[in-house]
Amino acid sequence: MDIERDAIAGTLESSDVLVRVSPHPVLEVDLTSAVEAQYGDDIRQLIDDTLRRLGVQAGRIVIEDRGALDCTVRARLEAAVARSTDQPLDYAALGEA
Amino acid sequence: MSKYAAVAEIPARSMMFVPASNASMLSTAAVYGADAFVFDLEDAVSPREKDSARLLAFHALQSPLWRGLDVIIRVNGVDTPQFEADIDAMVRGGAAAIRLPMVSDAAMVRHLDDRLTEREQAYGRPPGSVKIVAAVESAAGVANAIAIATASPRLSAIALAAFDYLVDMRAVRSPGGAELFYARCAVLHAARVAKIAAYDVVYGRVDDEAGFIAEAELAKGLGFDGKSLINPRQIPLLHRVYTPSEAETAKAEHIVAAAEAALAAGVGAINVDGAMIDNPVVDAARRVIAYAAAGRNR
Repeated sequence: MDIERDAIAGTLESSDVLVRVSPHPVLEVDLTSAVEAQYGDDIRQLIDDTLRRLGVQAGRIVIEDRGALDCTVRARLEAAVARSTDQPLDYAALGEA
Repeated sequence: MSKYAAVAEIPARSMMFVPASNASMLSTAAVYGADAFVFDLEDAVSPREKDSARLLAFHALQSPLWRGLDVIIRVNGVDTPQFEADIDAMVRGGAAAIRLPMVSDAAMVRHLDDRLTEREQAYGRPPGSVKIVAAVESAAGVANAIAIATASPRLSAIALAAFDYLVDMRAVRSPGGAELFYARCAVLHAARVAKIAAYDVVYGRVDDEAGFIAEAELAKGLGFDGKSLINPRQIPLLHRVYTPSEAETAKAEHIVAAAEAALAAGVGAINVDGAMIDNPVVDAARRVIAYAAAGRNR
């Protein structure tokens, strides 16, 4: 899945995360988080896993975290990527039933 | 264990709506103590956030936060562009039940049943494992309530929703609820015919505790198993209404004890303080005990 155009998902409210994606020749992730000191590595790992699962190999991903749960980070990131493309999301590939 | 000693199963009393687009509420609502939660993909979500809300609900369903809790998903209606994607995602996500809005006839339930069967098969889930709560919100829905409630073995409950129904009926909401009386009775009769649970309407004036309690007591007295809720403050109020008094609980325990003694003695007739009682009275007593236990828990 490629980032084809600018897209955004989420909010800057508490417990949420705002994700902005845009086309870029290489994959670049910019994370700011209120809990970066404690959970920064875990969040980066979660972001990497989610992008890998979506097949995103290039694009600029800007993430502003407001203490979101893992499930929220994944959902907002997937929403932003899906909005940046014309490909429908395949839920069968997104999680375990 | 005798048939009387068996613990009565009671349906959820509180069915609390949680907007699926609201990450903060999805992160905190699990602690509110409702018997069941409804992740709402429909009215609480703006059209441009439908995709994002669906993803949030999908992942929340699989989150440890919600594991073990009774979670229902209110999908968008069968005639909306979101319906197919909602069903696909929620069955894949592990939803235990779907609340279908704006059900006006049995065909809508059967359509959902077919789609659930197909998706269960696709994702390796046991056939028939995803239950349905049918929400009746129109004159046609109320008129067809029995057909709706008996349309599928997946039906676990039927719920009345007042806002659209009253618009359809050209009626106005009043404190006494006379304008909802026929609909409440029709939905209740349908539920009892189908042997499924029945849920009363949302009470929208969240700051009016006395009004909410009065309406909850009316619903309980009519026979509803609980209410749909939109504010967590209403959860303990509702549970209190459904919790029997100590005297009611003691009387129920006395009846069940007499029934168990009669069964142990091989006596067909059950005698409680000189009066003969029959099995429906014992069943009702068992439900009172179950509601008392639920009230102690939350």
